[in-house]
Amino acid sequence: MPTIARSVPQRWEAYVFPSNFEYFAPTTIDEALGLLAEHGDEAKILAGGQSLIPLMKLRFAAPAVVIDINRVAGLDHLEESKRGRGFLRVGALVRNATLERSELLSSRYPTMAAAAPLISDPIVRNQGTLVGSLCHADPQGDFGSVMLALDGEIVVRSTAGERRIPVKRFLDGPFTSTIRPDELAVEARVPSPEGRFSGTYLKLERKVGDFATVGVAVFVATERGKVMRAGIGLTGVGATNIKATEAEAALVGHRLSDTAIDEASRLAAAAADPRTDVRGSADYKRDVVRVYVARGLQQLTGAKAA
Amino acid sequence: MKQSITVTVNGQPRGAEVEPRMLLVHLLRDVFGLTGAHVGCDTTSCGVCTVLVDGTPVKSCTMFGVQVDGRSVTTVEGLAANGAMHPIQEAFKEEHGLQCGFCTPAMMLVATALLEENPDPTEDDIRWAISGNLCRCTGYQNIVKSVQYCAEQMRQASAGAPS
Repeated sequence: MPTIARSVPQRWEAYVFPSNFEYFAPTTIDEALGLLAEHGDEAKILAGGQSLIPLMKLRFAAPAVVIDINRVAGLDHLEESKRGRGFLRVGALVRNATLERSELLSSRYPTMAAAAPLISDPIVRNQGTLVGSLCHADPQGDFGSVMLALDGEIVVRSTAGERRIPVKRFLDGPFTSTIRPDELAVEARVPSPEGRFSGTYLKLERKVGDFATVGVAVFVATERGKVMRAGIGLTGVGATNIKATEAEAALVGHRLSDTAIDEASRLAAAAADPRTDVRGSADYKRDVVRVYVARGLQQLTGAKAA
Repeated sequence: MKQSITVTVNGQPRGAEVEPRMLLVHLLRDVFGLTGAHVGCDTTSCGVCTVLVDGTPVKSCTMFGVQVDGRSVTTVEGLAANGAMHPIQEAFKEEHGLQCGFCTPAMMLVATALLEENPDPTEDDIRWAISGNLCRCTGYQNIVKSVQYCAEQMRQASAGAPS
């Protein structure tokens, strides 16, 4: 009898797995910060792990130390603070699945509520986090654009103290943020909406779980029919998520008329800097930006009262 | 360096010494011998490695084994109890919810998590729940029917149960 070779690898070493690392699972923020102070450059923070672990398996990332913050207390808050003009606080361990089911988001933060169910797939959303997504700084990440549109900021902490960084300055390049090696991102913040407001997120994807071919986050707050605040963020059409500031400025002070929407969508498309790849040509993606910004803003013309 | 972990697997406490880099799916398959969690794409896309961690579906190729230290994991091997199939297994059999069977353990686990949260799901709810799980026999129609059948059976069973 000839023996039949097993064509399927049977042991884990035959599959894809990361290079070795030292693993820590702190239970307090101070403990995590101490580990970061000690290991800094060598360390990566593990939260949801849905971007980090695939990168480590492919060895695009090979940290010597992994600090798993999933057991750290006090990072799973999702609540509004009334301090100052008020803001939403999203702790570093708030899962995308929680955001997807949040009534606070669907009533007060419609751009975030629209984006949450479009991120990857339901199983990945059970683990993945908004704060982790921002730190990953993937130009195809959806929440980067949402946070740019909403003028969000991120709170980072080290043993030396705390910094608040606008997301605009946090996203620095492809997979690069301005967080320092010894800092832990503990929370994302979004200013509470005022006046009549509305927002949405439109995403073109080839299938559930794919990255965006193009994603567009829009937000407007109006007073007596005129736009007081506008936010437009673009996904997947540049080296980072893009805040379409000229398009935003073109809306402020005007009614959301067809003319204003046309102008804003033209300026947003001009702000896009897409590359031709398997998901489409640069020209195609730029035109999708124009169409989606127009479509998103059209959907907001019946903006609800706060 | 290997780390010592204790995890409740299908209701039974299990211990292991593992490298932190060992993925949960390999802990289950190679250390615990539970091969119902499959390795498909190995890139967080296909969902065939899905297991429940504290009742929540996760892709076990995208979690480290050390992360489930002290937690509870359910695999397809934990669905049947006392020699009787779980209602979701009965349902997949009844509605022909599988062809090759490769995606089936994950589909059934995701379905049980859905029905735990929502005992009366719409077809859209079911299609949403399984949208992170690929079936390459294109058997989604019968998978949806299986979950609907299971929901119906479980609702009838609980309605008929003594209060």
